Amino acid sequence: MPTSTSAPRRRRRPPTNPAADDAQLLAFYRQMVLVRRFEERAARAYTEARIGGYCHLNLGEEATVAGLAAALDPTDYLFATYREHGYALARGIAPERVMAELYGRTDGVSGGWGGSMHMFDADTRFMGGYGIVGGQVPLATGAALAIEYRGGGEAVVCLLGDGTTNIGAFHESLNLAALWHLPIVYVIVNNGLGMGTTVEQASAEPELHRRAAAYRMDSARVDGNDPTAVYDAVRTALAGARAGRPYLLETVSGRLKGHSVVDPAKYRSRAEAAALAAADPVAAYAVRLHGAGLLTDELIAEIDADATATVAAAADFAEHSPHPDVSTLFDHTYATPVPNDARRLPGEPLFPVPANGVPA
Amino acid sequence: MTVRSYREALHDALRTELRRDESVFLLGEEIGRFEGSYKITAGLLDEFGPKRVRDTPIAEEGFTGAAVGAAMLGLRPVVEIMTINFSLLALDQIVNHAAKVYGMFGGQARVPMVIRTPGGGGQQLGATHSQNVELYYAFVPGMKVVAPSDPADAKALLLAAIRDDDPVLVLENLALYNTRGEVPDHDEPAPIGTARITRTGTDITLVAYSRMAAVALQVAERLAETDGIDAEVVDLRSLRPLDRDTVVASVRKTNCAVVLEDDWLTYGIGAEVAATISDGAFDWLDAPVRRVAMAEVPLPYAKPLETAALPSADDAIAAVRQTLDAVARRR
Ligand SMILES: Cc1ncc(C[n+]2csc(CCOP(=O)(O)OP(=O)(O)O)c2C)c(N)n1
Ligand SMILES: [Mg+2]
Repeated sequence: MPTSTSAPRRRRRPPTNPAADDAQLLAFYRQMVLVRRFEERAARAYTEARIGGYCHLNLGEEATVAGLAAALDPTDYLFATYREHGYALARGIAPERVMAELYGRTDGVSGGWGGSMHMFDADTRFMGGYGIVGGQVPLATGAALAIEYRGGGEAVVCLLGDGTTNIGAFHESLNLAALWHLPIVYVIVNNGLGMGTTVEQASAEPELHRRAAAYRMDSARVDGNDPTAVYDAVRTALAGARAGRPYLLETVSGRLKGHSVVDPAKYRSRAEAAALAAADPVAAYAVRLHGAGLLTDELIAEIDADATATVAAAADFAEHSPHPDVSTLFDHTYATPVPNDARRLPGEPLFPVPANGVPA
Repeated sequence: MTVRSYREALHDALRTELRRDESVFLLGEEIGRFEGSYKITAGLLDEFGPKRVRDTPIAEEGFTGAAVGAAMLGLRPVVEIMTINFSLLALDQIVNHAAKVYGMFGGQARVPMVIRTPGGGGQQLGATHSQNVELYYAFVPGMKVVAPSDPADAKALLLAAIRDDDPVLVLENLALYNTRGEVPDHDEPAPIGTARITRTGTDITLVAYSRMAAVALQVAERLAETDGIDAEVVDLRSLRPLDRDTVVASVRKTNCAVVLEDDWLTYGIGAEVAATISDGAFDWLDAPVRRVAMAEVPLPYAKPLETAALPSADDAIAAVRQTLDAVARRR
């Protein structure tokens, strides 16, 4: 089956009144600005050593985040990569809890255990960010299997990067999903790079959505800098998935900064960086809404101030959230308590010798 | 002798071998244009070109398996796996093929390949990015596993690994890359399969490898200053084969031992060392062999939890003091 870049069986969005549509267009913008400000604040906190480990940002991916998240039903499940802060926010997790996770505090979405790469929230069906490239793809496939097994109307959306399409598990998963007619949409967030390697350097078929053809799976490529295009494409894909036709969607956007906060991205030329900055999706979308009369300069300033305040409050909350106590170190090894679980700190002996030296 | 960092020493060894032997080539993720995630391969693409320094897609199983196949035809691939955590995607090719081809086909085909990969926690990278799973490879007959703890050994063991006709996993360590030390100017490989006494002493034996062998040296110096304890340090540096004789000889001299390891305690490398001491030095032992290892949990991100879970110099010092107390009570 050919890939459907021309989108033949796109389901029409239900007719809505123009005011509601305008509200959605503005909501996209608010969401994008929040993600932008949040990520900038995260980068700052990282350089201030309040955040550790690896920290991958969604800068440049805001339109995809906003469009995709809005297209999901609340009961749908989302699996993410380690580049997931924005999706966690857009899924409805409080910015305080996302920031607190970055700070490694008890109020974080993963209780401080996961950090930037490993956010999880059952309430919003945010099924986790995963640090092993491609690791989430079979898991998401299995979640879709569980939905199909139980017979529900939900679907799974599984995010992955362009570079991740070269991992074996990606291909194994697409085959399983197609074979079993699972309700899943795989979304390749193509930001042109896997660390410093371009799509063309890593993928023999650089039109990544075409890889679906090997599994006779529907697929499309969409402009990831346009939240409305992403929204429509995800709705279409989800409609197919819910009917047992898994879908491969590719969104194309840019990565404005390095692979993670510490990567200076020296492999990128000045011209490339400038071109990316010029195509900044947040700025471009603001211009578009401005032109359509939906955004005024005042509203832009107001939305920006709101986002900045929200993010500042989140950072303040994170700063004051307690660190996990060392006594909790052994709390999450097993869900079912088991005798003889090794609950020992590195300096502790297996068999302590009593102080008087006389064995008991 | 020249003072080099561990990172530079590895780089030097790669460059030496690329120049010496046309059949040596490098492959791995981001090793060329990006110059390596940890910059070990910086400059090598420019010097040797894309045929010899090959960037791969993110496909650990595929390119590691491809290296096994290329080695079967006599090439000498040196694979970089970004961290040992990601080697798990290639576990099948390493365990079922790299380590098996020579024996399974009755010695007709060799697999002269190297896998370089760093282990190590302590950088708040969380449960999947902070593991020390070298045991998985050291467990497998047919594999050779070396674990240098200083720049001189990093160079000499990597040279040996590349010249060896068997698959060798070279365990590097994130926390060691910036450490510095004297490195001989010659290109002599170190013998794989032998341990090294990095400090002689008479009171207690510290056995360790990789980062913990460097920690053991610091611990020994501190104990000499603060407690007047004269510790001997055995740097295993080869996990398979394991040089049991050097360990046992040291313990027969000191009569007690503490093993330091960055992996998990239960079934870990230290368990094998302790069993070896029990077998070979039972009559010489004056105290149980203590092991200092990582807490047995998926490593949390939060700094206080991570710090508590990782073995430290203080943990080692406490273990040494308690062991010597036990020795004193017995004598
Ligand atoms: C199995 C595995 N191999 C390598 C890595 C190191 N790594 C982390 S992110 C990354 C690049 C991924 O690129 P892409 O899929 O395009 O996602 P992006 O980071 O661009 O969002 C690599 C190689 C890893 N985490 N897991
Ligand atoms: Mg990418």
